[in-house]
Amino acid sequence: MTPVLDIRGLTKGFTMHHLGQGFAAFDDISFAVAAGEFVLLKGANGAGKSTLLRTLYRSYLPQAGQVLFQSDHGLIDLARAADVDITHLRRTEIGFVTQFLVARPRVSAEALVAEPLRVAGVPAEEALVEARHWLRTFGVKENLWPAYPTTFSGGEQQKVNLARALIRPQKLLLLDEPTASLDANARAALVQRLADLKAQGTAMIGVFHHPGDVEHLIDRVVDLSPNAPATEDRHDVVV
Amino acid sequence: MTLASLTKPWAPMSYGFLDASAKRELRRKMVKAVCVPGCQMPYASREVPMARGWGTGGLQVSLTLINPQTCVKVIDQGADDSVNAASIRRFLSRVSGAPVTLDTLQADLIQSRHRIPEEILREDQVLVLQVPNPEPLRSVQPNMSIARQMHGDADYGRMWLQLYEQIVRSGRVMQGASYPSMVNGRHVMTPSPIPRWDVPKLHMAKHLTILSAGREKRIFAVPPYCRVEPLVFDDVPYRVEDHAGLTCSRSGAKGFFMNEVPQDDGTSAFELSDSEYGVKSIRRAEGDPVDLGDTWYTNGELTK
Amino acid sequence: MTLTLDAPRIVTVDPLLELHGVNKSYGPVVALRNVHATVFPGEVLGIVGESGSGKSTLLRMMNLEETPDSGSYTLDLPDVDGNLFELDRFARRMLCATRIGIVYQNPHLGLLMKHSSSGNVAERLLVAGERRFAVLREKATDALAASEFPLERLDAPPIELSGGMQQRVQLAKAIALEPALLLLDEPTTGLDVSVQALVLDTLKRLQQDRKITMVIVSHDLGVIRTLADRVMVMRRGEVVEAGLADQIFQDPQHAYTQQLVHAKL
Repeated sequence: MTPVLDIRGLTKGFTMHHLGQGFAAFDDISFAVAAGEFVLLKGANGAGKSTLLRTLYRSYLPQAGQVLFQSDHGLIDLARAADVDITHLRRTEIGFVTQFLVARPRVSAEALVAEPLRVAGVPAEEALVEARHWLRTFGVKENLWPAYPTTFSGGEQQKVNLARALIRPQKLLLLDEPTASLDANARAALVQRLADLKAQGTAMIGVFHHPGDVEHLIDRVVDLSPNAPATEDRHDVVV
Repeated sequence: MTLASLTKPWAPMSYGFLDASAKRELRRKMVKAVCVPGCQMPYASREVPMARGWGTGGLQVSLTLINPQTCVKVIDQGADDSVNAASIRRFLSRVSGAPVTLDTLQADLIQSRHRIPEEILREDQVLVLQVPNPEPLRSVQPNMSIARQMHGDADYGRMWLQLYEQIVRSGRVMQGASYPSMVNGRHVMTPSPIPRWDVPKLHMAKHLTILSAGREKRIFAVPPYCRVEPLVFDDVPYRVEDHAGLTCSRSGAKGFFMNEVPQDDGTSAFELSDSEYGVKSIRRAEGDPVDLGDTWYTNGELTK
Repeated sequence: MTLTLDAPRIVTVDPLLELHGVNKSYGPVVALRNVHATVFPGEVLGIVGESGSGKSTLLRMMNLEETPDSGSYTLDLPDVDGNLFELDRFARRMLCATRIGIVYQNPHLGLLMKHSSSGNVAERLLVAGERRFAVLREKATDALAASEFPLERLDAPPIELSGGMQQRVQLAKAIALEPALLLLDEPTTGLDVSVQALVLDTLKRLQQDRKITMVIVSHDLGVIRTLADRVMVMRRGEVVEAGLADQIFQDPQHAYTQQLVHAKL
């Protein structure tokens, strides 16, 4: 079976022009993720876990290597894909979940959550019904749904963010510590949603501070620590 | 060869007051104006023994067109007997030897301020209108250079905008005189300050109309059988003044453009604005054998 | 040391807007040097750079207000062919009036300040040939409503309105004919922060509901970040970097872009 994502020799570093120096984030990384597979990224702080996720999402530009993604339109190298293609894939096939909500003034929580569906062409009413369902699932109080999340507490904002990021099933989901500072109920709802998505065939790559929450979902662990073995044997399956 | 043999003998005044080169320029500009209906042609407005703003533009055109056989009629706001009309008529006759008339039907050349006679003009007649402000775009574009570009581009959106705002503000188009009109489907002109009542008379008219602004130095024309369409919205029809139901208190004529004459008791009486038509109506009522021509309006409705 | 990107493979539609090799000098001052730009249908392109970087000149060229010394400009629209810089005055004016909407930083450039607000919007429709008063009124009202203009002030002249309201009138005018391309030149500069947020929100809504292709020029990175899918960074008339908005802000490559991003509060 062809993997959803096949990462080959991916390298990323940053050049700080004002310091006149560069530093490497990670070097020559290779691993593959199949549909319905959950890969946990491991490594100390600064090992480049989040950087890798952002590089896969193309918020960071890789310096070398390939990120072969099996899209609905055929195999495409995310490291080299044109910007418009990336934008398209982000709207349709690749999701990114962080703990931070980018709220916009005067946009209600439910509208914000419904947005990914609206962009995908779902009628407004239908999208709103779905959005409310997920807000309820993640435990956002009903009286907050039409309110503007800019003024919400951190925890509530995060729930809105999760609802927004997970409302639409994606082919590939990148998870950057989505459970941090989440209360137990919401965490349970999140894990349940991830399990459902996984069962539907979503490939996931995640960074978790406390992997215990998602332990039963993890299929493989990829260690990004600099001293870890460099290539294939990094893919030691644990748990 | 002497210089004297090459030049015409000196005379105290040229025929028709204007010198030959002035007339030639005016003729050329008139021909251009006829060729591009509604388009304003600049010309060098000459000095005439009359203050600018009193009809010098119309006067220069009349002086150029006139010959000893031309029968001249001059009207001011419909009246032949106002001081201004009488003076211009007398001046034209004096410098050209042309006969004068008050009767629209007899005139070959009609110089007019603010009115078109009620009787239909013929193909052999020329109407000269005095124009104070030839630029219809002036109210929406104070910069005349840009206004000329707008004419070039047929960029008349703002003219319509003006009408739009009048309807928004007042519920109807407030433009009374000088109603902007599209000539030959291309140039918007101001038909000089004739009332809305008179604008439809220009549409597909048999006669030639020349409009001339002396102070602003512009000539434009409506050739015979040329479309003149007042700017209107498709769903807000063009309306002429509500004079159809008025009766002239002196002649008894009905359905023409009237002057309002306030009475001592606070009411108003009305009399025909076209004074000679009024005079002829009265004489006919008294049994005189006068020719009353066909009129543009019949019982207040446009005939054609 | 980055990878060269491939040509688009998934998005196979033609770009709506393409600028090729645009050069422009004012005497010895080079305003634009070999600028290329591509905008796809429905996309929002942000152009950032400091004053004098050529970004506003570029926008004016997209609105055909200026012609370059060399270069080509194409819009992929029905009945629109060839290099638009070569159009005559009349064709250019009709194209701008019917297909391109623009919002200027200075409302005086885009509005007739003493005419009514609804009339300002209606003028656009009039230029395009609409001659029914009722339709004009209705469409002008709709466009103003879409830009979230308070309709009880429909016929107030812009000169009596606040800066934020004036921008909304400009926006309504720009979108009245449902243009293929909406150009925004510093649309929120000079407005209070709260008003700025409202105008941005309106723009975002319009973009989502109507899928209008936009090019937005601003020196305010926050504005660009909120609206743009892709960003072009300009400096001294040249494009120094272009990429996805989040990439430009999170992983700027060029020294100048890094300086720009780090300078943001």
